[in-house]
Amino acid sequence: MNRLSVKLPGLELKNPVMPASGCFGFGKEYANFYDLSKLGAIMIKATTLETRFGNPTPRVAETASGMLNAIGLQNPGLESVMENELPWLEQFDVPIIANVAGTETADYVEVAKTISTAPNVKALELNISCPNVKCGGITFGTDPVQACDLTAAVKEVSKVPVYVKLSPNVTDIKEIAKAVEEGGADGLTMINTLIGMRLDHKTGRPIIANGTGGLSGPAVKPVAIRMVYEVSQMVNIPIIGMGGISEADDVIDFLSAGASAVAVGTANFVDPFVCPNIIEELPAKLDDLGIGQLSELVGRSHRL
Amino acid sequence: MIIQEQMKVVRHAEIAEHIFELTLAGKLVGEISSPGQFVHVRVSETMEPLLRRPISIASIDKESSQMTIIYRAEGRGTKLLSGKLSGETVNVLGPLGNGFPVEETAAGETAVLIGGGIGVPPLYELSKQLTAKGVKCIHILGFQTDAVCFYEEQFKQLGDTYIATVDGSRGTQGFVTDVMAQLHIDFATYYSCGPMPMLKAVQAAYSEKKGFLSFEQRMGCGIGACFACVCHTTEQTGQDYVKVCSDGPVFPAGVVSI
Ligand SMILES: Cc1cc2nc3c(=O)[nH]c(=O)nc-3n(C[C@H](O)[C@H](O)[C@H](O)COP(=O)(O)OP(=O)(O)OC[C@H]3O[C@@H](n4cnc5c(N)ncnc54)[C@H](O)[C@@H]3O)c2cc1C
Ligand SMILES: Cc1cc2nc3c(=O)[nH]c(=O)nc-3n(C[C@H](O)[C@H](O)[C@H](O)COP(=O)(O)O)c2cc1C
Ligand code: FES
Repeated sequence: MNRLSVKLPGLELKNPVMPASGCFGFGKEYANFYDLSKLGAIMIKATTLETRFGNPTPRVAETASGMLNAIGLQNPGLESVMENELPWLEQFDVPIIANVAGTETADYVEVAKTISTAPNVKALELNISCPNVKCGGITFGTDPVQACDLTAAVKEVSKVPVYVKLSPNVTDIKEIAKAVEEGGADGLTMINTLIGMRLDHKTGRPIIANGTGGLSGPAVKPVAIRMVYEVSQMVNIPIIGMGGISEADDVIDFLSAGASAVAVGTANFVDPFVCPNIIEELPAKLDDLGIGQLSELVGRSHRL
Repeated sequence: MIIQEQMKVVRHAEIAEHIFELTLAGKLVGEISSPGQFVHVRVSETMEPLLRRPISIASIDKESSQMTIIYRAEGRGTKLLSGKLSGETVNVLGPLGNGFPVEETAAGETAVLIGGGIGVPPLYELSKQLTAKGVKCIHILGFQTDAVCFYEEQFKQLGDTYIATVDGSRGTQGFVTDVMAQLHIDFATYYSCGPMPMLKAVQAAYSEKKGFLSFEQRMGCGIGACFACVCHTTEQTGQDYVKVCSDGPVFPAGVVSI
């Protein structure tokens, strides 16, 4: 048996590594570098009902061991994703996790209903945590009641399992996690970016046109690990962990904290080969730890 | 094809105040298709500073598989880069984007190349290729001050070269547009790279002419995947937006809303 394989609701993963939403587009650019079938799965860019342009530029700023982004969910819209992006991805032997975003419940439901019928979409990732849009998104992700209701509404129409992407920008992430589990979520993905700001030394004004942006990259890993650690002990649904992963050791940490699989975001910008490189390095890491099957690592930290 | 490569540092020197000329060797050079393309340079082997730095390709020598980039060591990343020594390697992703169309100016015609500051470098390879095919090139280069001027001699060898400095310490005092206003030249095409206000002024001054502008935008991936570098387009185009990294950085005048 493949020692890296992971089985999750709707997902038979060859390995636990997948690119995170928004950091991999719809795969085309990275397909020039390697065979996307090597990946455990692909989380595609957030899809909304209508085409979105997103925020004004500058949209990114570098920070210590990290970056801020305020892309604002730019995407070609549901119809184009269904007609162009998803069919193109069918040439690869890789499950797609569709990141679904919206302004109100009806948008989420509409997108979920349609996108979950695509043959290669094996799960949805409900984005209730984007910090960069004015309405929707994070407002659902910071209120347990709204988060639960939205999850339930999407569950009702989705043909595939629904994972909910949690925001770290809350006082108690466990409360939101519990709420979406109650709403019927099949799994959790976490964390989305942390709201931050960087000022220009000369002008004193924010570098990002939107003012604030979402912090990602190695800088956020300790926060993500802590949250996965806490949430995984509170819920009975699996977690796909992310936040600052750039090498195989980071993956070991996330699994130990309680995640069953992981996503790699920002590191793709630094090294386009980061995902296949991590996948290649994992078996040796397991050997070093004297572990046969990767899944044995999950939640090691809980057994204190 | 875009590749990621540990390129070897052949030469690295400060050619003007904080301006570095870095010659790199590797297979990547064989993939470069037009002047004005850029590379995404990793300035550290670690994840700090995190992001790659986009830098234009200033000249290419396919025979020796070498290319030169010219950059200003200003911030954290470029300062680190400036410490690289000959014999060391630099992680480079490229070539990226679409460069200046040399084919848009015919042999015997005249092209004006207008550059500002660190927008000057890609015009050098462009001028080499244009002059090689028999285009007459006129260069108008703007800098802040004499101390940061570079490549005047190299450009002079290819064609008439006019310098403008903001403080008047070399050439005409003022901006490239001041030089443009004084020169009454007839030309077929213009090519420009530099800060946004300069591009705007150049496009406005030469609104009747065929021109190509190279844009800058803060980047994440550099390859078209993250939507960091988008620009709005004008009504002249069918699209709502373009990505500077993969659709550009060079666009025909009038495409990008500025
Ligand atoms: C297509 C393109 C071609 C370029 N060609 C050249 C060139 O040939 N020579 C040269 O000196 N410079 C060039 N630049 C500008 C160069 O990328 C920035 O000066 C450089 O990234 C600044 O990095 P730093 O470490 O000095 O600054 P920092 O302040 O440490 O940079 C922080 C972050 O902001 C980004 N950033 C800061 N300023 C700019 C800018 N003006 N444009 C884009 N990103 C920026 C950096 O890439 C980095 O991610 C080019 C930019 C683009 C987009
Ligand atoms: C440029 C950029 C765009 C992103 N876009 C999305 C998005 O569309 N939907 C989403 O759920 N998360 C998005 N994210 C968040 C990432 O998927 C991920 O949760 C976060 O960046 C933490 O992981 P990392 O540190 O590995 O990047 C984006 C992140 C970045 C850096
Ligand atoms: S920098 Fe990522 S799309 Fe241009």
